[in-house]
Amino acid sequence: MKSLLRKTALATLIGLSAPAMASLAYVSNEKDNTLSVIDTETMQVIDTIAVGARPRGILLSKDFTRLYICASDDDTVQVLDLATRKIVDTLPSGEDPEQFALHPNNKHLYIANEDDAIVTVVDVTTKDVLAQIDVGIEPEGMAVSPDGRWAVNTSETTSMLHWINTETFEIEKNIVIGQRPRHVEFSKDSRIAWASAEIGGTVHIIDVDKLEQIHQMSFKVPGVNQDRVQPVGIELTSDGKYAFVALGPANHVAVVDAQTYDVLDYLLVGSRVWQLDLNKDETRLYTTNGVSGDVSVIDLDDMKVIKSIKVGRYPWGVVIDPNS
Amino acid sequence: MKPAAYWHCFVGIQTREWLRFWQQRTRFASALVRPLLWLVVFAAGFRAVLGISIIPPYQTYITYETYIAPGLCGMIILFNSMQGALSMVYDRELGSMRVLLMSPLPRPFLLVTKLLAMGVVSVIQVYIFLFIALLVDVEPPGWGYLAVLPALILASLMLGALGLLIATWIKQLENFAGVMNFVIFPMFFMSSALYPLWRMNEASPWLYWVCQFNPFTHAVEAIRFSLYLEWNPLAWGVTAGVTVVLVILATAGFRPQRTRILGTKPA
Repeated sequence: MKSLLRKTALATLIGLSAPAMASLAYVSNEKDNTLSVIDTETMQVIDTIAVGARPRGILLSKDFTRLYICASDDDTVQVLDLATRKIVDTLPSGEDPEQFALHPNNKHLYIANEDDAIVTVVDVTTKDVLAQIDVGIEPEGMAVSPDGRWAVNTSETTSMLHWINTETFEIEKNIVIGQRPRHVEFSKDSRIAWASAEIGGTVHIIDVDKLEQIHQMSFKVPGVNQDRVQPVGIELTSDGKYAFVALGPANHVAVVDAQTYDVLDYLLVGSRVWQLDLNKDETRLYTTNGVSGDVSVIDLDDMKVIKSIKVGRYPWGVVIDPNS
Repeated sequence: MKPAAYWHCFVGIQTREWLRFWQQRTRFASALVRPLLWLVVFAAGFRAVLGISIIPPYQTYITYETYIAPGLCGMIILFNSMQGALSMVYDRELGSMRVLLMSPLPRPFLLVTKLLAMGVVSVIQVYIFLFIALLVDVEPPGWGYLAVLPALILASLMLGALGLLIATWIKQLENFAGVMNFVIFPMFFMSSALYPLWRMNEASPWLYWVCQFNPFTHAVEAIRFSLYLEWNPLAWGVTAGVTVVLVILATAGFRPQRTRILGTKPA
């Protein structure tokens, strides 16, 4: 007993003296025009930052010093300095930017302009518009391969993936997938791309070398009507073992074996789960739940949802700053 | 009276209840069927329809199965307590209760010990139910299984004492059907066992208040919060307070000579 007490006291002292190791999660609240900042250790909102109108897509610069925000209704991309948590700059974006992706060179930002059916490429250092690429109707999802070779845009109405060569800024191939493609995620080795089709209720696996679909998967959540199964956000673990797919109004995240494409489990989260992000050591997955206005935290060791944290109205995107 | 005599008596009553339980293993198993049907069939049908928001003690969204599991633990205790009380009515005229009450030890001690012994059997059933519930992904934290034990014992005592109190008013065994209709079902349905109270409040405010004043609601909430390692002072306070009052009333009111079984005259 004494030994137990000593250990407890020691653990408490260590706990008190250790510096906070928590990283921060940033969540864009579409209807509140704010960002919520979550301390991932305590799982509480520690700050709320006012930003432009209708913030949706958010992403970190490669050096993790700046956060880019698609302020859709302000037709601009805002730049937030993470140290001061102030908006320090804006970038030209074209109309109604919703999703974007940053090239590994940390300079070229690919922005999908939903209303104009174009992808705008902006140099974030000079603020120059490098290219405007015509794509299908209602461009939505945007991704750049980790090796920097490809930028992929999804167009909702044409149901296509547009493969843009990042050197020439020209489309090299279009691949038709399920209805209303929303999001693309590359494997860490850039060889496989996963694309979700919201209305189609499917996820399409693309071989990047051949630019061909190699697999198509669908989902069946027990007790949930099939028309509510609408895949949106996707996250892949860097070890290539798991894929996670946000299933929108089905209120579940699908856990998928990334090798066999079998669905291993469906995890209950909040209403209309939208986008996902993994923490640095990939032990936790964060989901934005638009209608219920919260962020669910999934422990990946146990594959269990451990908490849902209330944020602003209609949370859209989430990113974890690994350096905070 | 020496403490050893109390201990001897306590062990004796517990052992007898154990023997009785062991001889009635099939009844024990069949008593588990009812809550398991609720969990597997009823809850599965309603899991998507009801949809549960985040309410304490839960930290995130839960399935309906997870929500009703503590209520079904309460259901096991409720049914067992009423059946136990019934058997005490029967026993006091025809069986071992008469022998038991001839003991020189104080009657309240004997009755509370008997209630506790019945409670232990209920608690075992609850634990078996909770382990089976793991199969439908009702997974409370590991320590919750230990933390819930005091809540289960308290709930057993409260409902056992209530059963005993009702038993003193039952004139005939057939009246047990009345107990089912007028006590067990209203207590179970007008509680937080099947629906969260905020949802009840949306549907009918007066029903919400009936549920709030139902001690079974608080017993279920004490079980629910303990199972998820949270403290609910209101639930514990109400359950403990009602238990004390019911035990006093039940032990004071227990008169072996008052009732008749199946129309026979009292001895």
